[in-house]
Amino acid sequence: MLETRNLGIRFGGHVAVDRVSCAFRPGTLTAIVGPNGAGKTTYFNLVSGQLRASEGSVHLDGADITRESAPARTHRGLGRAFQLTQLFANLTVLENVRLAVQSRRREGLNLWSVWLDHRDTLERARSLVERVRLGERADVRASSLPHGDQRKLEVAMLMALEPRVYMFDEPTAGMSVDDVPVILDLIRELKSQRDKTILLVEHKMDVVRELADRIVVLHNGQLVADGEPSAVIASPVVQNAYLGLAPHAQAA
Amino acid sequence: MTADTLLSLRGVHTHIGAYHILHGVDFDVPTGEVTMLLGRNGAGKTTTLRTIMGLWPASRGEVRFDGRPVNGGTARLATPDIAQLGIAYVPENMGIFGDLSVRENLLLAARGARTLADIDTGRLDWLLGLFPAIRRFWLHPAGKLSGGQKQMLAICRAMVEPRRLLLIDEPSKGLAPAIVQNLVAALRELKSTRTTVLLVEQNFAMARALGDRVAVMDDGRVVHRGRMDELAQDEGLQQRLLGLALGAHQ
Repeated sequence: MLETRNLGIRFGGHVAVDRVSCAFRPGTLTAIVGPNGAGKTTYFNLVSGQLRASEGSVHLDGADITRESAPARTHRGLGRAFQLTQLFANLTVLENVRLAVQSRRREGLNLWSVWLDHRDTLERARSLVERVRLGERADVRASSLPHGDQRKLEVAMLMALEPRVYMFDEPTAGMSVDDVPVILDLIRELKSQRDKTILLVEHKMDVVRELADRIVVLHNGQLVADGEPSAVIASPVVQNAYLGLAPHAQAA
Repeated sequence: MTADTLLSLRGVHTHIGAYHILHGVDFDVPTGEVTMLLGRNGAGKTTTLRTIMGLWPASRGEVRFDGRPVNGGTARLATPDIAQLGIAYVPENMGIFGDLSVRENLLLAARGARTLADIDTGRLDWLLGLFPAIRRFWLHPAGKLSGGQKQMLAICRAMVEPRRLLLIDEPSKGLAPAIVQNLVAALRELKSTRTTVLLVEQNFAMARALGDRVAVMDDGRVVHRGRMDELAQDEGLQQRLLGLALGAHQ
């Protein structure tokens, strides 16, 4: 189980995440929603180790990982895809995924020396590239991909890590409408495995409605609502602060 | 090209290194209307916007703005000179100056202004009302903004002064639903002042709400041109051109 206790960070006088306590159980997909700047990505950064907390703690399966580096957390099984895509720009699509597969198998990160000995690594990488429908672009440099394809590549790399906790930050933003179902199918499949913990930051409410078992709402860095999706979506804080609907429009 | 055409592309080819990305792009952007440029990832939409701005040279064909060749053939205006003709461009990566404050980012985008006092205060108030986060973080380094807030700042920069043509690459990306509504309202208002808009957008609901015209790209070409309301009513065409599942945008 992943848990944050009174987790917070301040930048100068600005409290970006304000003492958020929340537990995420395996087999559950939790959507994290909130206005732009509510602290969603910063909360992810604190959980995955990209940022160090000013206060509070992060726990994974009982271990306090607050002081651990991001790579150490990844090895413990925390997997993260980013809102603003992070790839090895000069490597090809397949090489990027292959590195992630190698990282998972702890083979070391030399692309060339182990080529022939690790055919299954390559096969695994190829199958993931196919899964996100990048097969035709497997040998294209990551930097040459259009943005939506870079997002798909990042999801393939996350899958390659086989984490226990999947953190998706707007995975379908900027993606072609016909590619969105590919990513949603992958997330559905992860859900069906029932032992994965999935956190999803997403602005598309139809996606949230369909996938989420639970919705957590952040606003001004604070956790302001947490519960079953239909109840949270109907709550005034979501209707007004997030969806921008007048109270009388709530039934729509 | 008719008298009402502000921007036209004729047979535009663009190469990026060894890659041949645009294979003869043809379309017109009429004055005072919103034209949506749609298509799957990799269709060439972003490359088209960058070619219009002169960030990639057109290897064949021609881009004309207000009748004047700006890219292609013998014309090769530098990007700042193209912008000076009255074009604002919001790139996909937003192009925010992270070390400068939000205020400084806006001031830089206002070409005629040396200080804030030179900016039309009514217009600035209107913008900050649409995007309250920009007002809230006015003196903060822009690099500290969230992803969605950076997108708001990029759009504010493009709108801080009147421009003849607004090019935005995926305006709704990363924005919360309430802000997307504000943005749709803002673009409608700009349209009412005869600002011409060309948007690349994946959010079909937004495209349908805003677009007068549509050009759909596939594999570096425009494969469909027409009125947005006609495409919005034709689910078969949406499925064929965009891969939209039937009823997906309801």
